Amino acid sequence: MEEKDNLITVNIDGHDLQVPAGTNMVDAAAILRKEIPHYCYHPKLSIAGNCRMCLVELGMPGRDRATGEPMLNEDGSPKIMWMPGPAIACGTKAAPGMHIKTDSPKALESREAITEFLLINHPLDCPICDQAGECALQEFSSKHGRGYSRFIEEKNVKPKRTRLGPRVTLDDERCVLCSRCVRFCDEIVNDSVLGFTDRGSYSTLTCFPGKELANNYSLNTVDICPVGALTSTDFRFKMRVWFLTEINHIDFETSVGANTVVSAREGKIYRVTPRRNDEVNDTWMTDSGRELYKTVEAEDRLTACSVAGDETAATEAIVKASEILQKGKTAIVGSGQCSVEEQFALKALAKSLDAVSVNLVARYGEDDGILMSVDRNPNVRGALMTGLIDTLPEERLEDLGSKIDSGEVTIVLSVKEDLTEAGLSEEQLSKVDIVYLGTHRNATSEKADVVLAGLTQFEKSGTVINQQFRIQKFNRVVPGPRGCIEDLHALSTIAANFSDEKFPSTVGSIWKQLAGENRQFSELSFQSLSDQGQVLDSSAFEYLPFREGKSLHFEPKRESVAAE
Amino acid sequence: MAIHPREQRIILKYADEPGYTPDIDCYVRHGGYEMLKKAVGMDKQTICDEVKNSQLRGRGGAGFPAGVKWSFVDRKSGKPVYMVCNCDESEPGTFKDRQIVHKDPHQLIEGIMISCFATDCAKAFIYIREEMPEGAKILEQAIKEAKEKNFVGDDILGSGYSCEIVVHRGAAAYICGEETGLIESLEGKRANPRIKPPYFPAALGLYMCPTIVNNVETLCNVKHILEMGAEEYAKIGRPNNTGTRIWCVSGGVKRPGYYEVAGITLGELVYDICGGPKEGRTIKAIIPGGSSMKILKNGERFKGKDRDGNEYDWGIEDIPLDYDGIAAAGSMSGSGGMMVLDDSVEIPVALANLMAFYSHESCGQCTPCREGSLWLKKITTRMVHGEARPEDVDLLRSVADQIEGRTICAFGFAVAWPVQSYLDKFEDEFREFAQRHSHLGGDRTAAKELACNH
Repeated sequence: MEEKDNLITVNIDGHDLQVPAGTNMVDAAAILRKEIPHYCYHPKLSIAGNCRMCLVELGMPGRDRATGEPMLNEDGSPKIMWMPGPAIACGTKAAPGMHIKTDSPKALESREAITEFLLINHPLDCPICDQAGECALQEFSSKHGRGYSRFIEEKNVKPKRTRLGPRVTLDDERCVLCSRCVRFCDEIVNDSVLGFTDRGSYSTLTCFPGKELANNYSLNTVDICPVGALTSTDFRFKMRVWFLTEINHIDFETSVGANTVVSAREGKIYRVTPRRNDEVNDTWMTDSGRELYKTVEAEDRLTACSVAGDETAATEAIVKASEILQKGKTAIVGSGQCSVEEQFALKALAKSLDAVSVNLVARYGEDDGILMSVDRNPNVRGALMTGLIDTLPEERLEDLGSKIDSGEVTIVLSVKEDLTEAGLSEEQLSKVDIVYLGTHRNATSEKADVVLAGLTQFEKSGTVINQQFRIQKFNRVVPGPRGCIEDLHALSTIAANFSDEKFPSTVGSIWKQLAGENRQFSELSFQSLSDQGQVLDSSAFEYLPFREGKSLHFEPKRESVAAE
Repeated sequence: MAIHPREQRIILKYADEPGYTPDIDCYVRHGGYEMLKKAVGMDKQTICDEVKNSQLRGRGGAGFPAGVKWSFVDRKSGKPVYMVCNCDESEPGTFKDRQIVHKDPHQLIEGIMISCFATDCAKAFIYIREEMPEGAKILEQAIKEAKEKNFVGDDILGSGYSCEIVVHRGAAAYICGEETGLIESLEGKRANPRIKPPYFPAALGLYMCPTIVNNVETLCNVKHILEMGAEEYAKIGRPNNTGTRIWCVSGGVKRPGYYEVAGITLGELVYDICGGPKEGRTIKAIIPGGSSMKILKNGERFKGKDRDGNEYDWGIEDIPLDYDGIAAAGSMSGSGGMMVLDDSVEIPVALANLMAFYSHESCGQCTPCREGSLWLKKITTRMVHGEARPEDVDLLRSVADQIEGRTICAFGFAVAWPVQSYLDKFEDEFREFAQRHSHLGGDRTAAKELACNH
């Protein structure tokens, strides 16, 4: 095979493959759709090489010791010198001419041996184990195990339910000591709290004395645990995983936009886990982001629309809202929590209402350098890209306050934002009519003349644009409460009431209009947008002093740092 | 201990001399530190070449040529190079380094300093096992004395070369004798051996810097190589097996102990020097180089061809007592800890004892060793507890085969080799033992002994 720039040729089970030099051989084999089973190897962590499941046969082209010339077979092909013992694929980096055998009798024997060893002291409690159904040990035992046990001795006994921290519970008997969790804490979070005590087969994973696994990334240890040892205290014993429907989603916690999978069954969400995106969140997400699903069934959830405090059907609420907004002098408070589609619809509405002002409310927090960014709104960039706003939002709506004071504004349409929290006084709020479209009760919804009960991000589809100007899509996981109305539908219907044109009211149809109006979106559609998202041209917004620090795959531009 | 006339003492030349003390004055009176004085005036590469030409092989276990090991050190990295003296001596049956440390510590320090100078090491560490508390004190004292005389420390003997020696005590784990486990322990971590590649000590050793790890006896030899010259030194023993070796003989012989010899056979050591088996006993088997090495059965014939194509046919007593000789007999000279088992020893009980040791010492990092060693212990313990099953013999072999060659470090071999070799050579005894102990209430003496020991 011809060698291309930076690429070298390796041979896996007789197939030549070109990969960059140094490619991990587990990953190289995966390119050929060959699975080299492993437990301890994780693409985002250092190599430990301790599980020994990935043992393969390894050979290199031979060189004559005396002359240094390559050794050749009779047919002129390079002679491969096979190592006498197996080698770990995860600790083997691709080198020119390297040969590995992943399915030779020797390799398969190794797998069977390792599988037997891992099972002899394993409790085999799959029927009550949360990992069952998504367990590497279970899967590989079925694929590479003997199918019977030769072990008649007593199994080792270890702690069964250790509280490692507020969110993680450990079953030590299931642990295969792969050290992924230890490496994760050391290398990714820089919070070394986990380690092993005791020796040999009695080795036990535990927290260091006086420490606990409490960092905001602790639940990633549960995700990367290849077996059922580390369990999420929240999810533990709640649901068999094979009943869960998994929907791709985006974390709305910050402008990072970590890619996630939301798992639900029969309209109820059970857990949120990270989805790999090497350009955004690798394979991680925050613990706090996983908790967001609980807002769906929170006690203060708005489950019905209301007019002047009385519950009404959504249609009536929309009619009433349109009546109020018709009176003129409207200010719109949009949100960085809205999707791109909603922001686009809101912009159209602002235009047809001839809104006095359009504001967003900024949310800032301390960044942690990983996945918690300074900007705690998932989609401020969406508001900029759709043209809903053209400057960065402020944390407090002081400008709007003075407009209310001066009587310049008499009606406020707030989408998702609590005006009180954004700095408006009770007095100011009592001066204006309020239409509120949101998901949870707050001071604004209490004061609002019309409340439109909207949907959370888990109940609708759409796109958001993260700090890298990467547009990413999320999909509906569960239906919303019956009395709620989809935000986009509500905004479109109101907009249609003020316009002669028919305004699209679904994500798909709105994308046609979006693509037509905005050059940035012209090549895109919701359907075709990949699950890894797409970075948009952000040059038009380079002048804006975004407040962002460094995160996993994001470096703030120098100018904006200087502006801090 | 009296020196046997068949011994050829170089390393332990003065150690057992009446009146010889471990202090520096005594050492200097006996010509000590003269070689260091000579070395600092020499070209570093010349010393390295001398060591290489002497064909000195490592005395810790694997027998790797020391000079070649030194030449592997990564000099391009720009990082400091460290010297680590492996004084963990934890292989059962081995007690030679202890003699050097206790009786002639300055010889070790001189050996270390010459080696450090030759390889341009920035700092030296002596990793001494926890079970040698007295040895650690003696070394501390010796280093203090050597520093006062400027043999250690800043600007050694006005050469411009500076090097400190740090004594680091282990915490009683066998695996700390494995060089990368030792390095981890020295760094303050759990002594989990590192994967190789990439963590070869010569490139990524202590604190990820190039590191040379040498055994105590190996480093002492450097001094004598310099004294004799590589050529003279290489005349001791056989080619490729140069120099003397200190053998530690324990078990069923009349005069167990340590003996520094060269160029003799196993029979000469066991029968002539150690006096052969105890009265009324016969030698059943010999473990030649520490408990992890493959067993040699008395009465067995060891046949084959050596490197030069000469055929050999040895009885156990004919085996040349060196690296290549014992390797030709299918075992290894290891750390020189020779255990002689006489006919009073039941091989399955000996194996149970060993498995109890190795399962206790497995670091627990990698699967085959962690799970396999304890499994082997559980089977062998059950066997000696009178609950053996006929199928246990085959199971033991299968488990050992599953461990061998699949682990991160050589511990996998250390636990598999005894099982494999004991079964190879004493399979009938195992089967008979399994039969005899196959019901509860069999001979429980051995079990009780085991319980007392572990």
